[in-house]
Amino acid sequence: MSDIADRVKKIVVEHLGVEEEKVTETASFIDDLGADSLDTVELVMAFEEEFGIEIPDDAAETIQTFGDAVKFITEAA
Amino acid sequence: MFDLTGKTALVTGASGGIGGEIAKALHGAGAKVALSGTRVEPLEALAAELGAGAFVCPANLSDPDSVEALPKAAAAAMGSLDILVNNAGITRDNLFMRMSDDEWQSVIDVNLTSSFRLMRGVLRGMMKARWGRIVTITSVVGQTGNPGQGNYAAAKAGLVGMSKSLAYEVASRGITVNCVAPGFIATAMTDKLNDEQKGKILGQIPAGRMGLPEEIAAAVLYLASPEAGYVTGATLSVNGGMAMI
Repeated sequence: MSDIADRVKKIVVEHLGVEEEKVTETASFIDDLGADSLDTVELVMAFEEEFGIEIPDDAAETIQTFGDAVKFITEAA
Repeated sequence: MFDLTGKTALVTGASGGIGGEIAKALHGAGAKVALSGTRVEPLEALAAELGAGAFVCPANLSDPDSVEALPKAAAAAMGSLDILVNNAGITRDNLFMRMSDDEWQSVIDVNLTSSFRLMRGVLRGMMKARWGRIVTITSVVGQTGNPGQGNYAAAKAGLVGMSKSLAYEVASRGITVNCVAPGFIATAMTDKLNDEQKGKILGQIPAGRMGLPEEIAAAVLYLASPEAGYVTGATLSVNGGMAMI
């Protein structure tokens, strides 16, 4: 697993308080990991800070799963 | 009680009568305060009076860019931003049939839209800190209406609905969002009323007098304090019994 994926996973695990095994490629933040809409906003904020990138609102809306997040950040970073 | 040591607060309209007293009360409880307003001179005079821990952050709330920059400037000056007091407000009174679009829009822009932008601007830091206090000064006329103040009453009532909506969204993050609704308070704004108008108003106030800016500041201090952590989405009326809503 890439370094980016590890860092993203760490943020998700810490923020949502879920077990690492549950954070799979297709795991949806809201449907599978128990996030509410405000959690997803906070996750995006945390990703922005961790990776020093800007994630515009329309892009943030497309980040639904752990895999989406890793893909977006890999392309943006 | 109500110790704000280590907290940081931004007060808009701090050059006015009520805003100045709010800044004094928060500073007196130990908070650092960023004083905002359009007129720099009175802000600097107040900062000098307060001494250490007071910062001047001028802003023009009718200018979106100036509003966006304000929370950042305040956080940069104080190191963080824990408490936002939306106090600034203007009036452009006119009878409904004579009210221009400009009179309507300028009051909505400064009193309602700028508060929205400031609230949005301070949320990120408060969310991360898992602590925040947003207190917005509304008005009894937002609850009761007032002839000649359709624009002002609309903006003030709008602030209440907006604050309640935000209160829902961020309650789980330790951030409270409340309003203080003053009745008639002795300030430059109410000095403009003539004796007949004042007499009529006093007749409607069970307490038989106008309120003092310090009495609004005390309500804000309470809502900004750690002790008020379970109070959110509320409007605290400070009006001498004028409208018991």
